[in-house]
Formats: sequence, structure tokens, C-alpha cells
Amino acid sequence: MIGGIDLTLLIASLMVASVPIILAALGELVVERAGVLNLGVEGMMIIGAVCGFIMAVESGSPLVGFVGGAVGGALLSLIFAALTQVMLANQVACGLALTLFGLGLSSMLGQSYVGIKPPFTGDVPLGPLADIPVLGPILFSHDWVVYFSLVMVAAIWWVLRATRMGLVLRAVGESHDAAHALGYNVRRIRVLAIMFGGAMAGMGGAYISLVRVPQWTDGITAGAGWIALAIVVFASWRPGRVLVGAYLFGGITVLQLNLQAAGATIPVEYLSMSPYLITIVVLVIISSGKGRAATGAPASLGQNFHASR
Amino acid sequence: MNRRSLLATAALGLGIAFGGAASAQGMDKVKACFVYVGPIGDGGWTFQHHQGALDMQKEYGDKVEIAFQENVPEGADAERVMTQMALSGCNIIFSTSFGYMDPTNAVAAKFPDVKFEHATGYKREHANVSTYNARFYEGRAVQGHIAGKMTKSNKIGYIGSFPIPEVIMGINSYYLHAKKVNPAVELTVIWAFTWFDPAKEADAAKAMIEQGVDVIASHTDSTAPLAEAAKTPGVIGFGQASDMSAYAPSPRVSSIIDNWAPWYIKRVGALLDGTYAQVDAWEGIAGGEVEIGEITEAVPADVKAEAEAMRDAIAAGTYHPFTGPINKQDGSVWLADGAVAPDGDLLGMGFYVEGIKGDIPN
Repeated sequence: MIGGIDLTLLIASLMVASVPIILAALGELVVERAGVLNLGVEGMMIIGAVCGFIMAVESGSPLVGFVGGAVGGALLSLIFAALTQVMLANQVACGLALTLFGLGLSSMLGQSYVGIKPPFTGDVPLGPLADIPVLGPILFSHDWVVYFSLVMVAAIWWVLRATRMGLVLRAVGESHDAAHALGYNVRRIRVLAIMFGGAMAGMGGAYISLVRVPQWTDGITAGAGWIALAIVVFASWRPGRVLVGAYLFGGITVLQLNLQAAGATIPVEYLSMSPYLITIVVLVIISSGKGRAATGAPASLGQNFHASR
Repeated sequence: MNRRSLLATAALGLGIAFGGAASAQGMDKVKACFVYVGPIGDGGWTFQHHQGALDMQKEYGDKVEIAFQENVPEGADAERVMTQMALSGCNIIFSTSFGYMDPTNAVAAKFPDVKFEHATGYKREHANVSTYNARFYEGRAVQGHIAGKMTKSNKIGYIGSFPIPEVIMGINSYYLHAKKVNPAVELTVIWAFTWFDPAKEADAAKAMIEQGVDVIASHTDSTAPLAEAAKTPGVIGFGQASDMSAYAPSPRVSSIIDNWAPWYIKRVGALLDGTYAQVDAWEGIAGGEVEIGEITEAVPADVKAEAEAMRDAIAAGTYHPFTGPINKQDGSVWLADGAVAPDGDLLGMGFYVEGIKGDIPN
């Protein structure tokens, strides 16, 4: 207990609060590493939130809900993939349009689901581990999605760094012409990456509507997708730093609310802006000063590819 | 067409135009437009405004056409939206959030023939701007009474949106009436700095619960705080703006329901029959704009009876929630014994009453 705030509970709640952003940011990271800039994260998240909610309510199973959210997000991202990869439309414009479309569509789909409670997503039963003081609440008493998000951070880091699949994905993102010349199907790889990003964003959205705020309301993601997008950039396209950024952002958001509740004497205005400010500052500091490695933007980011050129 | 007949046509056109304006004393058909700060499916504030709009349209049938725009940010975007509405033939525009105050007045200056009605604000810079509000603090008094009686930890919470008079008024009323029945009660206020962000609202409720708060009132627009309260047994809260009965009987033990339908029916009706005039309206429980949602069986019968008695006394005008003696937070006297708060003090309220800890952000 520090200043009336229980640190154990604080860390446990920041891990939960950060899950949607981690999932969406990891998905977008893979998309951008493949050289595609999809600004539609917010739209895919909210479609995931509503599809996940509907599937969970109709089936009674939260797991089906999360799968539904991922499928919903991936399907929506297919529209973006078709526009940008097949018709070679502008990625920035399509991404923004995807967000607007997603917000509207989710509102329509969710109309008859307002005021309903979804099935409860329980903690993973880890038995006596959850009873260990301090470590128990922090590490061993979460639902499975929290663990899944951590596993995905490690998995994506490993795949990008150590596997052939990761190498090919990065090659497509750095120089699509070279990758094409080597015989890789740039378009197919990018479409798959976009769908993966959509599925992850959709799952992140489903986490909001099924666990964090267990209900459906229009506009429920309220900008989480944009934060995920920003974190990818400030984390210089690295999974580990995405985790740091998301935990910082989630942590400080939870901390500032707790500080307010505990009656801290810091002015509320500063507390309110602190999550944004501190996350950006810290990530910029981590990413600065290592020369080329620091600016990790994929060289072909946002550029359309056509095999005839 | 020679020049003379052109002029004649123009004169005729002008005549028709002026004739039309003159008969604007009464209108055959009104287009009423609404600017919403959140989505109509928020289950709270915007939902209730939209219900009021729909009820109004039902009342007048095809004499009234309604149009609305959701999720309009407070600021320059609101000005664009209202300008667009005025240009597209709206006769009356209802802007339904405090932050639309300056944009509403700015657009009203450009369209003197269009009526503007701004909810919860106080600026009427032009003859065509009216304001309307509801005395939500009356409902907060009833909630405060229930909160003071129901809390076991003696810690009650209030999730504030923005530090504007309407919210501060609610906090003061809630606290005063909790304190009256439970002198040991402590109030925790969290400012969310948003009207609508379900995840953040839920996090704020969670932070309170983790610190021992067991009665949570919210002044934000979604049902998220109730959804969060539902996760912890023993924690209760209130429906805000809308009944939120999906969370009854607990955690939602009662609610404040904004009922805007009577107001919209009255104002559009006045426009139709030509009796429309600029007003500054502030109705409460008595006028039907503030309703107290059913108090559920989670509340003991005697507490329920007391709360209902208070509601009825407020409606009858025999009790004002801000009746002295009341001191300000710094200990200075605000209202002497028996004095009733003037409306001006309430509408500009920028201070906490004695006993509330913490500062109001600027």
C-alpha cells in the first residue's frame, strides 16, 4: 500500500486494462512490417467488439465470442485488403474509411444487443498459485486472454526474428520489388498479414465488450484503436516495446484514476494527460540514439505494389 | 424575358419570401434537428434525447420532420454540423451538450431565422437562442440519501465528467444528502474528462471499488460503471440519464431519468402554432423532466420510503435540496440557516461544499 493505493491490485488491473491495446497493436505491427499502413484499427476493433459480443451471447460461450471477434475483424480487413492490394487504392484513405465504416456497421449490428449481459469470462484456474501473496493476484489470477496476449508478444517477436516466415514478411515490407524478384508473392503475403492484423484487432475489441466493459454500447472502443496505432510507431515496430508501451499507457491510465480516488494532491489536469505524455516520452527515449536500428520503419511502408513495375 | 418582367418576377419572389416569413408566426411543417454528443445507442444521455425527439415526432406525425447527427465533437465540428443543418432547412436546432454553447451562439448569429435551443448552457447571445436544462441535482439529493443509508464502508464515489457547474452541483447535492443521514460518510470524486468512454468509466469505477467505495454514482453517459459494479457483490450504483434497468435490482438500485419529450413537444408545438418565444427553462422533478427510476428491493423499505418522501417534497416545492445552513469547502458561509440557493449561484457553481476533500480541476 502506497498512499492508499494497493500496488498489487494496481498491477493486476493494468495488465487487464492493456490487453485490447496490446492485441490490436501487435496485429498492426505485423501489418506494417509487411509494408502496409492500415489506419482502420479502430474500425476493426469495434467490429470485433460487436461480433464477439453477438457470438458470445448467442452461443453462451466467451471463447466462441473471441473467435467471432477475430473472424469479424479479419473479414472487415479483407475489404481493406481488396481495395489496397487488388485495386491499389490509397492506403491512408482506405484505412480511415474502414474506421468510419466499422463504426457505423457495428452500431447497426449491435442495435438489438444494447442492455444485454454477455457470458462471464472466468479466470484461468491455477489453483494454489493464485493464493501466493503479491505474485498470485499479479501473475496467476487472470483470464486466458491476458496470458494469450503475452504469449503473442513472444511469438511474434520470435517469428519476426528467427523464422523464415518472419524474414519473408520483413523482406516484403522493406523492399517489395526485391521480394517479388526473389519469387515471393507480395500481394498474397500482404493480404494474409492484413487479415492477421484484423483478427488481432477484432479480438482486442472483443476483450473490451466481453471482459473490460461487459456490455455492448455504440462506440465502445472510444479511440483505443488510435492509441494502438500510435504505440506501434513509438515502439519503433518492435513487439517487446509494444508491450512496454501498452503497459505504460494502461498502467498510467489506471494509476491516475487510482491517484484521484486516493485523493492525491496532484492537479487532475496533469494526471489526465499523463498517460499520453509519459508513454510517448518513454518510448521515444528507448527508441532514440541507436543510429539506424532506432528508426525501424519498414522502407516500403504505405507503398502500393504492382508486379508490372 | 425582358428586364421589366424579370424585376416583376423578382418582386413577386420577394413578396412570397416575405409572405412566408410573416406566416412564420405559425408554421405548417417544422424540420427539427438534433446535435448529439454521443451515439444514440449509448443507453444514457444521448439515448434519452433521441427518445424525446422520437416521441415529439410521434406527437405531430407528418407535420414534423426530424434529423440528427450523432457523435459530434464539442468545438469547431459542432459549428460545422449546425451550419450544415441550418443550410439544409432546419427550422429549429437542438444542441444537446454543454460544450456546444459557444458554437450554438456563433451559428445562431448567422441564421437569425432559425431557432436554436441549447441544453444545459447559459449563453443566449441572440434573440433566436434559448436554453433548456433540467434540475438533475434534485435527483442527486435522492441518490445521496440512499447512498448515505446503504454504504457499509462509509465511502461513496462519484464519477465526474467535466468540472462544469452542472456536475459540481450534482456532486454537492449527492454529498450533502449522504452526509445528512450518515455523518461518517466520505466522498471520492474521480474526473474522467470524457462524457463517453465505456472502458475508462469502468476503470474509474474499478479504481473506486479497489479503494473500498461501495456506492458509485456516475455523471458520464454509458452503463459501464454499473457493469463494473456488477462484478463485485455488495457494490451498488445508480442509472444515469436513462433508467438502465438491465442492471436492476442490483447494482442499479435507482436512477435519474432525463425525460426530454415534454420539452421537445412543447417547443416544436410552439413553433407550429406561432407562440414560440425565447426562454431560459430549468424544470425539475415537478416539471416531469427529471424522473426518479424505481427504487429496487435491494434498498430496505424504510430507506425507500424516505427517499420517495424526499422526491415528493421536492416535486411539491416544499423542499429545496440546497437549503442552508451550508458552508463552502473553505469553511466560509454560503447559505445561512433556512436560506435557499438562488438559481444564479447554482448555474455558476464552482466550489465544493464543506466536507468534500480535493480540489475541482480548472
